[in-house]
Amino acid sequence: MEYGFTLFGSAGYGFMQYGYIACSLAILVTMTLALIRAMLGPTVFDRVLALNMFGTKTVLLICVVSFLTGRQDFIDVALLYSLMNFIGMVALLRFSQLGYFGESENERTGATS
Amino acid sequence: MILIVIPILALLALTAVAVARIRDLWAAVMFMGIFSFLGASWMLILDAPDVAFTEAAVGAGISTFLMLGTLALTGKTEKPTKFSIVPLIVVGITGAALVYGTFDMPAYGDPNAPIQTYPNPSFVEKSEHDMHGLPNVVTAVLASYRGYDTLGETAVIFTAGIAVLLILRKNEVGEKESV
Repeated sequence: MEYGFTLFGSAGYGFMQYGYIACSLAILVTMTLALIRAMLGPTVFDRVLALNMFGTKTVLLICVVSFLTGRQDFIDVALLYSLMNFIGMVALLRFSQLGYFGESENERTGATS
Repeated sequence: MILIVIPILALLALTAVAVARIRDLWAAVMFMGIFSFLGASWMLILDAPDVAFTEAAVGAGISTFLMLGTLALTGKTEKPTKFSIVPLIVVGITGAALVYGTFDMPAYGDPNAPIQTYPNPSFVEKSEHDMHGLPNVVTAVLASYRGYDTLGETAVIFTAGIAVLLILRKNEVGEKESV
């Protein structure tokens, strides 16, 4: 392509670039497997583990893609993703343990004094 | 790159189907988180890191919390519903219209696209004259060039805030319990 068309850019891949692509494909396969586990997963914990793994693999994929495209500022976004993954995971686990977000019983049932 | 793009889009479609099919709402919230992560990765590959940032923070972070909070107040499973053809048709027509709309858009990265060529001379040069000496370009763009846009956004956010406050406010003492 004559202009900076990064989406399907093809020209000039070296040895490292093929390595990055192989790495991303492996990560994508893992993501697919995690997604399948999350869909099938009979228990809550299968799903939680699958989701956590999926988030981690997304972070890895973004890092690899950032090296592939030479845009190292994407790694900041990957950091944000890992934070979000952690927060979401804590929220899901807390909810699945308690069924609510841990307010006092009075607040939860909306009881007034 | 196409080797990475196609699987991500396929996973997106797969997750969307899973969200639509699943009856356990807790798992549906979880799949929405996955969908958001995938969508944000896709936006990142499309070279829009700011949008991807927002999508990750709002889609995977805040909305998971809000959805779980809603589940805590309602129920964890969806009632089984009868299959109905009308929503499918409506969604199909809407989707087809949207896809038809994208045919008029310039190709990704096209140097002749309006976004690359239109603001010329740029706002940086002409905003001070247009705004009678206002030095701040960001203010000029937000408050004047995109004034109606900003007004609409503010109205939407204000309405949403009022609605949330009305729904979530605590019942006052002596007030009738609303169901």
